[in-house]
Amino acid sequence: MDSILKAENLSVEYFSKKGYVHALDDISLEIGKGETVGIVGETGSGKSTLAKAILGILPPGARVGGKLLLRETDLTRLRGEPLRRIRGRDIALIFQDPMTRLNPLMTIEDHFLETIRAHESVSDREAHERTVRALTSMRVPESRIRNYPHEFSGGMRQRIMIGLAVVLRPSLLVADEPTTSLDVIVEAQILEILEDLKKVSGMSLLLITHNLGIVSEICDRVLVLYAGKMAELGPVGDIFARPIHPYTRLLLKSVIHLETKELYSIDGTPPDLIDPPSGCRFHPRCPYAQTVCSEKIPPFQEFRPGQPASCLFGKDFLDQDNAT
Amino acid sequence: MPFIQRLFSFNRLAVHAVDGVSFTLRPGEIFGLVGESGCGKTTVGRTILRLVQPTSGRIRFEGVDITRAKERRLRPLRKRIQIIFQDPHASLNPAMTIGHAIGHPLKIHGLASSDKDVRGRVLSIMQEVGLTPAEQLYSKYPSDLSGGQKQRAVIARAIILVPKLIVADEPVAMLDMSIRAKILELLLNLKRKFDLTYIFITHDLATAKFVCDRIAIMYLGRIVEAGPVDRIFSDPKHPYTRALLNAIPIPDPRRRGPKTLPKGEVPDAVYPPAGCRFHPRCPEVLATCGWEGRDFIDYLEERRLNPEKVQRDEEILGPLNQWWARGFQAGRKIGKQNPAQLIEHVRRILAEAQPQMNQAVRDVSVRDRQITVEFHNPDLLGPKEVEGRLVECLLY
Repeated sequence: MDSILKAENLSVEYFSKKGYVHALDDISLEIGKGETVGIVGETGSGKSTLAKAILGILPPGARVGGKLLLRETDLTRLRGEPLRRIRGRDIALIFQDPMTRLNPLMTIEDHFLETIRAHESVSDREAHERTVRALTSMRVPESRIRNYPHEFSGGMRQRIMIGLAVVLRPSLLVADEPTTSLDVIVEAQILEILEDLKKVSGMSLLLITHNLGIVSEICDRVLVLYAGKMAELGPVGDIFARPIHPYTRLLLKSVIHLETKELYSIDGTPPDLIDPPSGCRFHPRCPYAQTVCSEKIPPFQEFRPGQPASCLFGKDFLDQDNAT
Repeated sequence: MPFIQRLFSFNRLAVHAVDGVSFTLRPGEIFGLVGESGCGKTTVGRTILRLVQPTSGRIRFEGVDITRAKERRLRPLRKRIQIIFQDPHASLNPAMTIGHAIGHPLKIHGLASSDKDVRGRVLSIMQEVGLTPAEQLYSKYPSDLSGGQKQRAVIARAIILVPKLIVADEPVAMLDMSIRAKILELLLNLKRKFDLTYIFITHDLATAKFVCDRIAIMYLGRIVEAGPVDRIFSDPKHPYTRALLNAIPIPDPRRRGPKTLPKGEVPDAVYPPAGCRFHPRCPEVLATCGWEGRDFIDYLEERRLNPEKVQRDEEILGPLNQWWARGFQAGRKIGKQNPAQLIEHVRRILAEAQPQMNQAVRDVSVRDRQITVEFHNPDLLGPKEVEGRLVECLLY
């Protein structure tokens, strides 16, 4: 499969008063053309940092290591104009809360015109036509093109955001918790729209979410992050049916869904990333942890084809799975 | 606690945040108020505590009408009814230590003999809710605690007076998935131990199903279906309940598939739809559910998403913004068009709409150069007993 974006040993550190926050550590991930990859993790797992790193919108002072390759270009080396040319055009982003991302003083049409003109010199007519097309494909009627953001419902605003993000036909759309502030029916509508959009345009989607239900509904592969590190990666079917890493297993077990018979939660809280635990970062919360887990950093290695995980006892879990 | 009805007043517009909601709470049960944002579940919860004043209706607690009780009479009552809010960060005073915050209700209600007494009781309740080591956390500030710990502190503060009823408003919605179960378990354990009754407010049907004994599904200020949890989940009757259950993402990739979703979003509560408030979105709508003028305009708008129809519609019907809707009518001023022909066109467009809308049309007429589309009045709607639960839907 052709890859659209490739992260190689990507790491991000923020500076805080108490020291460096190791928000992302050694992330390697390839996103294929037309693929939907889900990134899941708890608060502080680094999932939003990854989105920001890809878009080049990390806060000032963040230290980035490793590479982020968009085709041949290393995004981590780009600044200013060259980065701006890629952002919005090749890679676009949609956020959790569309209200705070749309300018309240600009009509919807102005948002589109600004975005289109920032990247392409097109006639007024052409820009207008593209705006109308993008909006209608998001099921926003043309008659509302001159309305302001506050005049729309939450779901419509999110559709406008998506339309705005894809109007330049990016090859990768990064969606950071795109439905978290929406109700469940509207959420399902938005997910449907994203899927249709993918079918039509062939773009890739990187979906960042804490909701495993959403991942299972629309993702091809999923990356589980824990405390800034990759815990496990794999096809969505394998991750849900046969997870390797204890964190993945427990996270799945803790989801409350309609068939939940018993509540489960993971002991403890996510670690402080200024001074993360030694060895495996999950070891203080892991019910299977051995002494060695606090001493040795587990390598991220493949246990099944296309399903690497970072657990020293991954092989044992795999054998157990195969035995049952 | 039968019959709560309230009406909010903002400026001159009245928002029927909750409209004609009735339920009775049984001692020792967990009663769920479930619905999407804006359905009024939180307003109902707050009304019970009299944090908002109902416009009409009655709230009775342990047989006593508290709807208009004055502050002096409410005080002792508040010892017996407590609330847990969604956001633990906003529920704790950042300048108050955890111990102080949890013990505060004891002081307010003059229930402690000494500071030492307060401290002892706070420490013991902290143990109870799993805020340990209690001694150490006692003098910490909210900012030193994790989200889960803060919610435990909020729960401790709610139960230190040993209330009878706790209104829990989305108590786990802001917490990470991996710790939600812990807090829910704590609430269930405390209920058993202290013989509590809960009103559990949530938008999450899965949590409601696990936690509650009975639930009421709310939509735009009304209860659309209410009854025992197992009945409602095994065989939902109201189309809205079905839609909600259907929309929940399932954490099992093998069960992926297309969903039939209701269209659109929850409309503005200032102008709730006529008849059944869910009718404009309902996949099982009937001709008698409350079709009205603006439904026709919404339909015209939707048609314009279809590029083939845009131009023809514009020619015949004119710009959308010239159409008005008032109650069961919609219309516009017409120009030089031939009235008979225009009526014919509008009828043809209606025939392309979903049949239930078309059937609901009473008349299309032109008078004084106005074309008017008028709908029939809806059938009367009220809660009905259907297979062991109440449903408010004309299907039954």
